[in-house]
Amino acid sequence: MEKIYNLPESLIDVSTHYCPGCGHGIVHRIICEVIDELNIRQKIIGVAPIGCAVIAYKYWDFDCCEAAHGRALAVATGIKRVRPANIVFTYQGDGDLAAIGCAETIHAANRGENLTTIFINNAIYGMTGGQMAPTTLLTQKTATTPAGRDAKLEGYPLKISELLAQLEGVAYIERTSTDSPKAVLITKKAIKEAFQNQIDGKGFSMVEVLSPCPTYWGLKPVDAVKWMREVMIKEFPLGRIK
Amino acid sequence: MGKILINGNEAIAEGAIRAGCRFFAGYPITPQNEIPAYMAKRMPEIGGVFIQPESELAAISMVMGASASGFRAITTSSSPGVSLKQEGISYIAGAQLPAVIVNIMRAGPGLGNIWPAQSDYFQATKGGGHGDYRNIVLAPSTVQEAFDLTLLAFELADIYRNPVMILGDGMLGQMMEPITISDIKRKPDSKDMVPLDKPWALTGCRNRKLNLVASFRMREGEMEKRNLELQAHYKEIVRKEQRYEAFNEKEAEIIIVAYGTMGRIAKGAIKRLEADNKKVGLIRPIGLWPFCKDVFTKLFKDNATLKKILVVEMSYGQMLEDVELTVLGRYPVEFFGRSGGGVPTEEEIVKKVLELY
Ligand SMILES: Cc1ncc(C[n+]2csc(CCOP(=O)(O)OP(=O)(O)O)c2C)c(N)n1
Ligand code: SF4
Repeated sequence: MEKIYNLPESLIDVSTHYCPGCGHGIVHRIICEVIDELNIRQKIIGVAPIGCAVIAYKYWDFDCCEAAHGRALAVATGIKRVRPANIVFTYQGDGDLAAIGCAETIHAANRGENLTTIFINNAIYGMTGGQMAPTTLLTQKTATTPAGRDAKLEGYPLKISELLAQLEGVAYIERTSTDSPKAVLITKKAIKEAFQNQIDGKGFSMVEVLSPCPTYWGLKPVDAVKWMREVMIKEFPLGRIK
Repeated sequence: MGKILINGNEAIAEGAIRAGCRFFAGYPITPQNEIPAYMAKRMPEIGGVFIQPESELAAISMVMGASASGFRAITTSSSPGVSLKQEGISYIAGAQLPAVIVNIMRAGPGLGNIWPAQSDYFQATKGGGHGDYRNIVLAPSTVQEAFDLTLLAFELADIYRNPVMILGDGMLGQMMEPITISDIKRKPDSKDMVPLDKPWALTGCRNRKLNLVASFRMREGEMEKRNLELQAHYKEIVRKEQRYEAFNEKEAEIIIVAYGTMGRIAKGAIKRLEADNKKVGLIRPIGLWPFCKDVFTKLFKDNATLKKILVVEMSYGQMLEDVELTVLGRYPVEFFGRSGGGVPTEEEIVKKVLELY
């Protein structure tokens, strides 16, 4: 019999540190599948964030660099400018990309850096124990919004993708989800496009992936997926933004 | 090679280019703006990269990315900007990457003003950012030395895979002097090169196992092990890389300790005192970390006439603490310093020395 579902060459065969039902592992795998399919593993340089995915590089079988919290796109800019022939991507959470790294994100995008960014929006800070993220929904309870996010005090869920779509340097932005096998396939297609754009020299491309954090949403993995589908996607509509 | 007339800032910029560096990222700040302007013009001419980033936080992270890719990389700034760079410098030290960081110091704290100062000595030599790490710190006192020490900075950064800081001040940055330009025997970096002398560099994992550049050490014991390795490394640097200029030190009654621009002004003061038959010597640390302890130890053996040591700084006493830690009470250590706009003059230093007699 032919084996039709293999471990991607770019993915290291170890179990991850992620919680059950976490979206990070799914997206790691898709990225690896895309890298294999595009046959660019030997050219890839990944930049890992500070967040739950801080050791993403333990699961990826290609060159990687660390960045300080939020600075992934500045590090990636430094790499890509001296290594234009390599394919450079960042993998970042919502705290990393949209809070502490907001300036780095906007300016890398605005410079039209020929980079690919995979942005994991789980509406919370996972690594530090479930605090409010810029993308936390209104009324969502977190460790630092115990009564639920209140627009008067904490402002609104930050739509960084819509914001970036305004910038001329940006080639492609799409928001996808991991709430179903179909959604995962769409995510994979989007990630592939984001890498292909870099290969074609088109400029900054980003895929925002809505991803569950059952642990700090205080939900069972199945209910977390349901919440994504019924609540989160309403706040963060899926589809191509640019 | 002939001489060229150039200011201290431009000498550093040209030094970086002659060192084969082809990556510059820096956010504008006075009194070092000549460096980004020079780089903006020169880098594209020679196939290098110039970026004006959104902040010093981004600048130093860009340097980290270029350095992780195996390229010589430099960022330059002045005091408030260098404070922002501390995050990245700590990561660079933790990931054991080479990098050259230039601080053309101005007066602080806070926004302070743009007049020359030496009040970032603590920040430069004691770590500055978080964690148990050290910067190698070089302090030029002339435009020629600014150029020469920039070449050296890149060499040391690569040899030790460690951040090297060039600590100058606004006066040195703006001063014009004729200097001799020299090249090093090294092919300049070029885009997409695979540096054979940096097998750890991120180049894409073609025909080799993956490379990883990271400071994070999660598993129990790993970080302590890494720290012990770094400490061993710093010990070696302390042993091998002490740099200074000294004169009249063996027969002096008073020795002035001053670095950078202050070292140069102190020399002028000593000449005046010589004319007055006063035996005054100078120790001018060229490396601030590691501090030139060994020359002091030797001096205490060789000099039978020494009475006092005078530290002069454009600060209110920062290097003073390293001198005190070296002298350990064997001689009185006196201090004269100004910062915030005033630069100690030759006359003031002469007056201070005469008071000590
Ligand atoms: C300068 C700095 N500030 C704060 C932290 C602590 N910290 C680590 S990760 C993180 C937020 C992570 O959230 P996110 O980026 O959304 O990623 P997730 O863990 O949810 O995947 C914070 C605040 C840090 N490491 N560095
Ligand atoms: S805390 Fe949340 S984001 Fe982090 S690993 Fe667990 S489920 Fe995933």
